[in-house]
Amino acid sequence: MMLLETKGLTRIYGGLRAVDTVDYTLAKGEIHALIGPNGAGKSTFVGMVSGRIPASEGEVWFDGENVTALPAHARIQRGMAYTFQITAIYARLSLFDNVALALGQRDKAKVRAALDRVGLANRMEQIAGDLAYGHQRLLEIAMGVAQTPRLLILDEPTQGLAESEIEEFNTLIRELAGDTTILLIEHNMSVVMALADEITVLETGKILARGTPAEIHANADVQNAYLGTG
Amino acid sequence: MSLDTRSVTLHLGLIAALIVLGFVLPTYHQGNLARILVLATYAVGYNVLFGYTGLLSLGHAMFFAAGMYGCGLAMHLGGVTVIPALVIGLICAAALSAVVALLALRTIGVAFMIVTLMFAQSVYLTALYLGEWTGGDEGFVIAQASRQIAGYALTDPLTRYYAALSLFAIALLITARMMQMSFGRVLIGVRENEERTRMLGYDVFRHKLAAVVISGTIAGAAGAGYAVLFGYVGATFASVQYSIFPLLWVLLGGMGTTIGPLVGVAFMFYLIDYASGITNAYMLIAGAVLVLLTLFARAGIVGEIRNRWAPWLP
Repeated sequence: MMLLETKGLTRIYGGLRAVDTVDYTLAKGEIHALIGPNGAGKSTFVGMVSGRIPASEGEVWFDGENVTALPAHARIQRGMAYTFQITAIYARLSLFDNVALALGQRDKAKVRAALDRVGLANRMEQIAGDLAYGHQRLLEIAMGVAQTPRLLILDEPTQGLAESEIEEFNTLIRELAGDTTILLIEHNMSVVMALADEITVLETGKILARGTPAEIHANADVQNAYLGTG
Repeated sequence: MSLDTRSVTLHLGLIAALIVLGFVLPTYHQGNLARILVLATYAVGYNVLFGYTGLLSLGHAMFFAAGMYGCGLAMHLGGVTVIPALVIGLICAAALSAVVALLALRTIGVAFMIVTLMFAQSVYLTALYLGEWTGGDEGFVIAQASRQIAGYALTDPLTRYYAALSLFAIALLITARMMQMSFGRVLIGVRENEERTRMLGYDVFRHKLAAVVISGTIAGAAGAGYAVLFGYVGATFASVQYSIFPLLWVLLGGMGTTIGPLVGVAFMFYLIDYASGITNAYMLIAGAVLVLLTLFARAGIVGEIRNRWAPWLP
């Protein structure tokens, strides 16, 4: 059963086809990684999936429904969650307020539980902007998780995290898998290899390859385009 | 005490103090404070949009005027009694703010400021143009005999004071409660990071629309209250000056604080009152004090208190 499907999804910036007729499917419960060199169109692609960026052409289907014409907030209400590549938290509000807005309710126990998943429960009253960068990333992830989405889109979640925090992140994502389908944009290949059930490689707006981590690792095209020959 | 209890204590305490003040103040200050409370209601409404939602309107005088003319004309020309006239004023302000919101919210930032300013100018010019009914610049006076509720004459200073206080207390308690509820927190979310709020699944446009209507309706309630309590309706209240005032009051008192609007209005009112006792060039003194405040208390009076000593202030 497919949770997400795109048909001929395209985004044109000026004359450039940043994402070029991408047909993509994502099965329920899977952890799927989207990789590719800078400028390959990964963020634009998930931007169109979540509705942040309007598609120039093509369709987005979510859980059997054509959501192409829906605004972003309506797609989120249908069960998507999106964490930004550049940290987008409420810097002047407390961690409690940040997570409460993600939850949609001001229930202390639930907020604490959500923060506990990323180890920030003891900082609930602190102002989010005062946190170290890595902790801000974790807060953003906690906000995504707190929404209990069916599809969680993570755009470079481990950027700026310490090694130990990456370990915790991997554990958290494995816990979520099964209930939550995860679409992960990630540069850190060890995270991708550790987590992903399947990988799609994007290059210049097109799908270059798709397969299991082992298949992608062995793929000659991918080696040339992205992974290097080492 | 939890945050919510402190906030309730603060607001009820403030209202209790104002009730006591009504009895002890000399008539002169009683009249001043009645006016301050009505104008503070206007500022409370403005603060919902500017302080909490982060939308800077330069045209709120049109909502104040909509309430004032709606209520005043109903009494003056229609012979309607006070309570239904107030309701008519509220409906006028709510309707105008809904229409303006639907059009102005297509823009953001500076464009939003200009669009609201232009709408307010057209309301002001309409009031002048319809001089036959509105009395234009000179306005009109509402007959003293009609300004009463259930036999209580609103022309009596003490009655007027408590009527003004009731209006202010209702506006204060509604907004304070609203800002503790999820709806109010989403408005703050829109102010702090609109894109993040949208990507948490909130319909940002609808929240902004609701904020404009709530803000405009409270401003209109203040306008209607002003007409009833002070018996005068005039185009000055629709002029650009009356759109700038609430911005100044809220900035001075502390944007995004519940009691800041009242503090801002009272401060400015008594500053001008005091300065004009010293010199004819009282605006010079007022101006200098305002410059000093913006330089050294950028969050406004209550905002600065919150930043330095009382982070719990709502």
